[in-house]
Amino acid sequence: MILKPPRKTAFDGDAVVKEALRCLEQPARRQFLSRSLTLGGLSLLTGCAMTDEDSVEHALMKVSRFNDRVQGWLFDPDRLAPTYPESMITRPFPFNAYYGEDEIRQIDADSYRLEVTGMVADKRIWTLPELHAMPQTDQVTRHICVEGWSAIGKWGGVRFSDFLARVGADTSAKYVGFKCADDYYTSIDMPTALHPQTLLTLSYDGQLLPPKYGFPMKLRMPTKLGYKNPKHIQAIFVTNTYPGGYWEDQGYNWFGGS
Amino acid sequence: MTKPALTIHPAWLRATHWLNALAVLIMVTSGWRIYNASPLFDFKFAKDITLGGWLGGAIQWHFAAMWLLAANGLLYLFCNAATGRIVRKFFPLSPRAIVADLLAALRGKLAHDDLSHYNAVQRAAYLFVIVDAIVLVLSGLVLWKSVQFPMLRELLGGYESARRVHFFAMAAMVAFVAVHLAMVALVPRTLLAMIRGR
Repeated sequence: MILKPPRKTAFDGDAVVKEALRCLEQPARRQFLSRSLTLGGLSLLTGCAMTDEDSVEHALMKVSRFNDRVQGWLFDPDRLAPTYPESMITRPFPFNAYYGEDEIRQIDADSYRLEVTGMVADKRIWTLPELHAMPQTDQVTRHICVEGWSAIGKWGGVRFSDFLARVGADTSAKYVGFKCADDYYTSIDMPTALHPQTLLTLSYDGQLLPPKYGFPMKLRMPTKLGYKNPKHIQAIFVTNTYPGGYWEDQGYNWFGGS
Repeated sequence: MTKPALTIHPAWLRATHWLNALAVLIMVTSGWRIYNASPLFDFKFAKDITLGGWLGGAIQWHFAAMWLLAANGLLYLFCNAATGRIVRKFFPLSPRAIVADLLAALRGKLAHDDLSHYNAVQRAAYLFVIVDAIVLVLSGLVLWKSVQFPMLRELLGGYESARRVHFFAMAAMVAFVAVHLAMVALVPRTLLAMIRGR
């Protein structure tokens, strides 16, 4: 039988100090100090005390553009977002916008006009009854907010791909942009625009779309985060020129997929 | 003549360790700022210890550092497997050995004379944090792209459930870091070994 040598105790203070001194005596000492300074520098990150804040922001924006491309690559045009039974609808469904509930825009249905421009064969103005006259469908899906919360709702309306076909949109274009009555604006990629669950939404939970959810019409995409779903849409345009968006121009990721 | 110094931690391990430390620091502090935008529980993280300034900034940090965390983590796992280090350093491991070493540690009787040898508690803790990091990445993928990863989403019980998994995996990571730093403070030689390799 082999006897093991007695183990040293863990907290031999003198030995630890001696060992530390021995280590620090060596030329590595200066290196160690310089590296620990670098580590100290890391902690500055959390305090936002960057000396060159602009270049950091620029680098982060570049990564965000890279993430747009990754999401475009990950996006499967045939993959559907999960749908839920009506019993799982979140009631009341939360209101969310860049303004408060007291500032919700009231749009007059009779005078409402939708403008369709850009790379489309049929550039013209649509009225609300014309939109309601198109084939309708509905879906119960999860709305995921960039803040993290989610809620399940039921939206009904016209498949956006049907609408784009009807106006003769050039589906080889990169972007579809939206301008809204509440001064909101955003834009999406063409593959998402053509996704079967992307809905030109006219109703919520079987009722006419209420003002707080975007009367008279919003775009609903269960494959994108909430801020990508514009409400009170007044203008739709198809383009190859990057249109940006209200939040996107401030730093939210443009693709905003889920 | 001095005998050749034995390398406790190879260079790839030290590099991936510190890159991981940086990635975890950014992910956790920016993640706290994202959490604050819509708290899951009845508390918020103090703004001063979060990164990003506002939700959009925090998300930019989070979705930039995620590449560092994932790529560096994969490199670590690859090197660990390819060199056989993971088997040599972490196994064998038994619950009995963990309890024995834990009790010895609490009595101050656990030796640290050979830093290249992990005791059973270290083995368990490091293996745990590897698994925890994998859970963080997978639950993070579900939060980032829940529609595009249906299998993973259902495995984690859906989007809302994945949020909780992500939160508790973060809490476990932070708890590990706290214990890890306390241990380094008790045996400072380990810090030197992780910096210069011996």
